[in-house]
Amino acid sequence: MFVQNFFNALGLGALYGLIAVGYTMVYGILRLINFAHGDIFMLGAYFVFFATIQYKLPWALGVALAIGGATLCGLLVDRIAYRPLRGAPRISALISAIGVSFFLQNLGVVVFTGMPRAVIRPRELTNPLPIKDIIPLEFLQAGRIGEVRLIPLAIWVPVVSFLLVAVLLWIVYKTKPGLAMRAISRDIETTRLMGVSVDRVIALTFALGSALAAFAGIMWALRYPRVEPFMGVIPGFKAFIAAVFGGIGSIPGAMIGGLILGFVEIMSVAFFPHLSGYRDAFAFILLIFILLVKPTGLLGERMEEKI
Amino acid sequence: MSNGTRNAILNFLAVGGFVYFLWWAPENLDGYKLRIINLIAINAILGLSLNLVYGMTGMFSLGHAGFMAIGAYVSALLVLTPGQKATMWILEPMVPWLLNLHAPFLISLVLGGAAAAFVGCLIALPVLRLGGDYLGIATLGFAEVIRILIANLIPITNGSLGLKGIPAHTDLWMSYGCLGAVLFFMVRLMNSNFGNVLRAVRDDEVAAKTMGIDTFKIRVLAFTIGCFGGGLGGALLGNLLTTIDPRMFMFIQTFNILMIVVVGGLGSMTGTIMGSVFVTTMLEWLRITESPMTIGSLRIPGIPGMRMLIFSLLLIAVIIFRSQGIMGTREFSWNWFFGDWGDGRKAKGAR
Repeated sequence: MFVQNFFNALGLGALYGLIAVGYTMVYGILRLINFAHGDIFMLGAYFVFFATIQYKLPWALGVALAIGGATLCGLLVDRIAYRPLRGAPRISALISAIGVSFFLQNLGVVVFTGMPRAVIRPRELTNPLPIKDIIPLEFLQAGRIGEVRLIPLAIWVPVVSFLLVAVLLWIVYKTKPGLAMRAISRDIETTRLMGVSVDRVIALTFALGSALAAFAGIMWALRYPRVEPFMGVIPGFKAFIAAVFGGIGSIPGAMIGGLILGFVEIMSVAFFPHLSGYRDAFAFILLIFILLVKPTGLLGERMEEKI
Repeated sequence: MSNGTRNAILNFLAVGGFVYFLWWAPENLDGYKLRIINLIAINAILGLSLNLVYGMTGMFSLGHAGFMAIGAYVSALLVLTPGQKATMWILEPMVPWLLNLHAPFLISLVLGGAAAAFVGCLIALPVLRLGGDYLGIATLGFAEVIRILIANLIPITNGSLGLKGIPAHTDLWMSYGCLGAVLFFMVRLMNSNFGNVLRAVRDDEVAAKTMGIDTFKIRVLAFTIGCFGGGLGGALLGNLLTTIDPRMFMFIQTFNILMIVVVGGLGSMTGTIMGSVFVTTMLEWLRITESPMTIGSLRIPGIPGMRMLIFSLLLIAVIIFRSQGIMGTREFSWNWFFGDWGDGRKAKGAR
């Protein structure tokens, strides 16, 4: 039972972390909470649903199309709703972001209808693994503790998530565009003066974040096999909380925050089943707690208010 | 005729005309229209209270729906009769001390507002140390926690089943009476020294601190007053719609009020009222896009979700192309209406 919960929490936490990375990158550069990020995640899930289940494309192609489509949407959102507000007060961009979020959700309702749809998963991802042959877990499965049922998906989700974040870290810390990103997050005006095309780097940031969100959306749709237009709202909020918890602006922090949030959620419900109604409240309580105790998060740098 | 006399006559005519309208409307308009007119007043109250917090003091709060929920539940639990309460709690029995608690409508309104203000004050003490968008996220988090608590505290709130059969106490006189009272209070507040202090805190907190203003205390006070408005609006809303449940107070509710404030113009009270008229009627009018219609021989099926789609596009358009809203930070006055901007404009030209 504990092993089961451990893998559930690991998978959920890795997905939260993957979404949180997108929030943290955009916030680190623009100081903008990209409310629409959770809805890009939703779009990614829908695209893969339509590509593979509705139009019967092979999974690899469907995944590629979904990520391409969601990335494009992320770029469009930045171009249309955020770029005109670069010089405006930060709150204006935030209100615009809330507007975009509601727009995408309702676009989902209009285009995909509000009905949740079931995702049919490929067999090879859901057949339980022959755990007993691999690891001697009998000591955990004795009688009342119950049997561990592990599907390959439960292992693939965290593995893929960590690989993607590793790639992202490589881009941000070892390549030229990554250097530009880090420079912008320090001082946008000076970076512009250095001849960096700031708008393009910001667009790249949105593209990377959206691609990761789409990946997360696809894996989410496989793990909890259904899609609906509002599926991005709660994971989006929670991932943002994870980003704040880990220290906004820090990519490893976002991942750690996501994992902590995943474990808190799964384990609290596992050990205190009567609290399951409050499950969604845990994340918000965690957020308020960290904001009061250490507003910069676990790995965050101190950001001084400029006067 | 001097401007002063003209303005006095116009004020008298406007107020008189409006009172006549309130007297005329219940006899001559159908229930649906009356409900919209009521909603305009309630939304205006909610907008004014959010405007005090955000437009006038500069605190970006996204928690209004939570305070509305508190106000609505407190008021509803007080006006429901013990007989009604005894039959409503199906899942779990109600806590006994609440069963016989009963209060008249007006007192329940005040208590609803006061409960929201109390919770708001408790939340404000830790949260207002944060600034900017962190404050927005934290208040949003609190609103969500309030909503989840309401959905789970079944012995007190009847959980997700909600409360039904609340007597429909809110009528035009009630809602516009409350709006009038709130408006009167706000105008007096903003024209007082306290109003100046609020604006100082909004425009430059550091400068305000240097002038010896205890900015934290001022912000907590303004936030608490705003929460009272939120609770009052929620209480009126519950008594208008006669049923409330936790799903009513999701983030979308805050979004609608935010829209009213942004469309009307941040920091303008008359703007907020215009925003309320515009947004409330727009939200109702856009319902036609979700119901099937026939134009000539062409039959267009209703498209669910279209209403909020158009509405959110509108918000994005307003914030990109006219971020000052209808009124900006100005207030409506007859002088402004008739286009004599007085010396202000001439002075600008001369400079």
